[in-house]
This record gives sequence, structure tokens and C-alpha cells, in this order.
Amino acid sequence: MNTAIETQGLSKRYRRVTALSDCSITVPESRICALIGPNGAGKTTLLRLLAGLARPTGGDVCVLGGTPRQDPEFLAGIGYLAQDIPLYRRLTAEDHIKAGAHLNPRWDGESARTRLRELAIPLDRAAGTLSGGQRAQVALALTLAKRPRLLLLDEPVAALDPLARRHFLGTLTAAVAESGGELTVVLSSHLIADLERVCDHIVLLAESRVQLCGDIDTLLAEHKVLVGARKDTSALERAHTVVHAVRTARQSTLLVRLDGPVLDPAYEISDVNLEELVLGYMGASAAPALAHLTAVGEDQ
Amino acid sequence: MISFRVDGRSGVPPYLQIVQQVRQALRMGVLSVGDQLPTVREVVAEVAVNPNTVLKAYRDLEREGLVEARAGQGTFVRGRPPGPPPGTHSRLGRSLARWVREARSAGLDDESIESLLRVTLRADSAVRDSDSEEIA
Repeated sequence: MNTAIETQGLSKRYRRVTALSDCSITVPESRICALIGPNGAGKTTLLRLLAGLARPTGGDVCVLGGTPRQDPEFLAGIGYLAQDIPLYRRLTAEDHIKAGAHLNPRWDGESARTRLRELAIPLDRAAGTLSGGQRAQVALALTLAKRPRLLLLDEPVAALDPLARRHFLGTLTAAVAESGGELTVVLSSHLIADLERVCDHIVLLAESRVQLCGDIDTLLAEHKVLVGARKDTSALERAHTVVHAVRTARQSTLLVRLDGPVLDPAYEISDVNLEELVLGYMGASAAPALAHLTAVGEDQ
Repeated sequence: MISFRVDGRSGVPPYLQIVQQVRQALRMGVLSVGDQLPTVREVVAEVAVNPNTVLKAYRDLEREGLVEARAGQGTFVRGRPPGPPPGTHSRLGRSLARWVREARSAGLDDESIESLLRVTLRADSAVRDSDSEEIA
């Protein structure tokens, strides 16, 4: 399987602020990759580095077999949709489609018109008069009209209502289905339920670092939640990795990355879903902030 | 043509929900042999799931012999799911109804009955799994 994105020790510093630190990720081609993390974790920075809109201060980055840069050959393969949905408010969708034809060598304006007609979005109305969901669809249709091989979407559905979000993600997944494996997507969002439906790969950032990267089904199969009476976990930790632990005076709830079967019968073992996995890793990276949870249990 | 629902909170993996809905449509006669299933693109555009989820569901149905993929045309219904002979459901339903009355008169409420059924199903499939491992 070919790799769409590969980074090694990628870093970005802005003066005194480290936006991204030692980031090593791999995203195979034709995946829909969720980019998850708290605000300020470095998601936008990573997307901008991948799109060639910012230059790294350290490490290596390879996107579609090349180094991200501001040149037409590289940019032709990249569709980047920024958080604020960049459309000219006074121009219509049709104006945008015509303008795109002048700027992009592989432009497929007809596909954008078809997509928007299917969604009953008028091509002849100023973008400023469309609803938020319609503007997002116009921006997505324009980005897809570039016929990119990698689509980078920075929180595209954050401002949309549930129905508009469903339609947007439907358009996105349909484009991936149509591409026949030629399109890779990285999608950042806080809405884990959406990501769980749509994505098959995940990159989790917290505190400017990668906490988790890989195939979602594989990661879910490797992790379990163990619940049992509170006791010493050092034997467990010799065989497995305890990612996150919530302990009360009597009970331990452990998110564990398994390395073989759990032999201790004292634990009840359950599967994890994506939300538990994400919260577990985010909680692990923010351990000091959650220390009070343990403290509450200790007092009782 | 049928349409699918995918419930993200049901705990059943999305691909399995699609498999189950096709099987159910076949049992109910909503789908018959020769009917076409919606294309992957049509399904994902409607329910917004990963295209691989639908592909996996269709591959499973193909392996079961329920559908077939025809190159360049789509996926078509080939057969009906194997099921017990007619009358089985109602016969088992009647004996279950007797059991439920017995459980109620013994003081079990709905929640206890449901939980007992779940536990029994799980124990039974665990026994079967270990049997099949021993055979293997």
C-alpha cells in the first residue's frame, strides 16, 4: 500500500511557541483520516505544513511522494479547505467555478456543478446569501473540482447544524467512493461521532505531540477497558501498557493497550469505542489536570 | 431499491448493521432475487459512512451467497438467507411466551428477564466456541 503522508520528527516553532513537536505519522493512500485533539494541540499547524502553507522548523515531511512547497506541480495534488470557508461573498458559485478553471490545470468544473445541483444549491446566487451549510458545500465542491489526490479539511463541519453536517460528510464520502482509491482525506474535527462513522485512520494530537496514529479498527482491537477492585497494577503493566487509569478508593478503571491476553481474572474486560480511546489518550496527556479525580477517591 | 440506516450509538459495527438490514429485507420480501442493491457511492452519500464500511458489508453478503457483484453493473441479490422452515418462529414464540409467564410469576421483571436472556445467549455461544475449538 502506498503512503500519502509520512512525517518524521516534524516540528514547527513560532518565535517562542512550539506549535508542533517531534511529530511522526503515516497515513496510507485512500484513507479518510481523523485529525483529533484539543484546541491548540497543533492540528491546524500540521495541516498547513502538509499543504505547503507553512515551513517546518525541524524534521521531515513527505506528501504524495514530494516535499510540500508553494509550486504549481505540488499544489495541483492538494485540496486544502481552511476553517473559515474562504469564498468571495459577492461572487456566485458559478463565478467561483469559472475562476477555478483559470487557476487549476486539472479543473473539473462540471463535477462541481453536478454536485451542487444534486444538493439543490443555486449556482447563480451570491455566496454571501447562502446558508452556512450551503457555503461549506460550495467550498467542498470547488476543492474537489481541483481533482486533488489529498484533501486537507480543517474543521469543515464545526459551524454546521446536524443535517448540514450529514450532507457535507455524505458529499465527502461519495467523493472518496467515486475516486476509486485515488483520494486521501485528512479531516480535523471535535465531533467524534461523525469521525467514527466516516474515518478509518486516526491521528491524535495533544500538547503539540502525536499521542496516537494508526488504523482505527486495529487500534480499537488492541485496546480494552479493564475494571476491577483497586490493587497494585505493576504485574499488569509488565505485560501491557496502561494508557490511562481512573482510580477510586476501591475501584480501578484502566484503559490498556494489550500485548497478548489478560490472564488476571480479577478484571472485567470490555471493548472500547473511539470516544473512550480518544478521551483516554487525551486524559493521559493531561494527567496533572485530572489528578483531582484520583484525589477524590483517596479521601473516601 | 432499499435505503440503509446506520446508528452510531447502537454498539453494532456499522458494516454489520448494513448486513443485517439486507438480510432482514430479504426475509421480509422487501428485496427479491435479481434486485439491485444501492451502489457504494449512493449509500455513503446518504448515510455518510466510510466507503470501506459498505464494501465490507457487501463482501460479507457475497460470501454468504446472498448477493453477487457484477462487474461494471453493481451488486445484485442472488439468494435468500437460509432460515428455519415456516412455522418455526411461531412455535418457538409460543414456548417462549410460556417461559416468560413462568418467569413473571416467579417475580422477574422485564429487565431481569432481558438480562437473563443475554447472559444465557452469551454462555451458550461461549460453550459453542470452546466446542468448535476442541474440534479444530
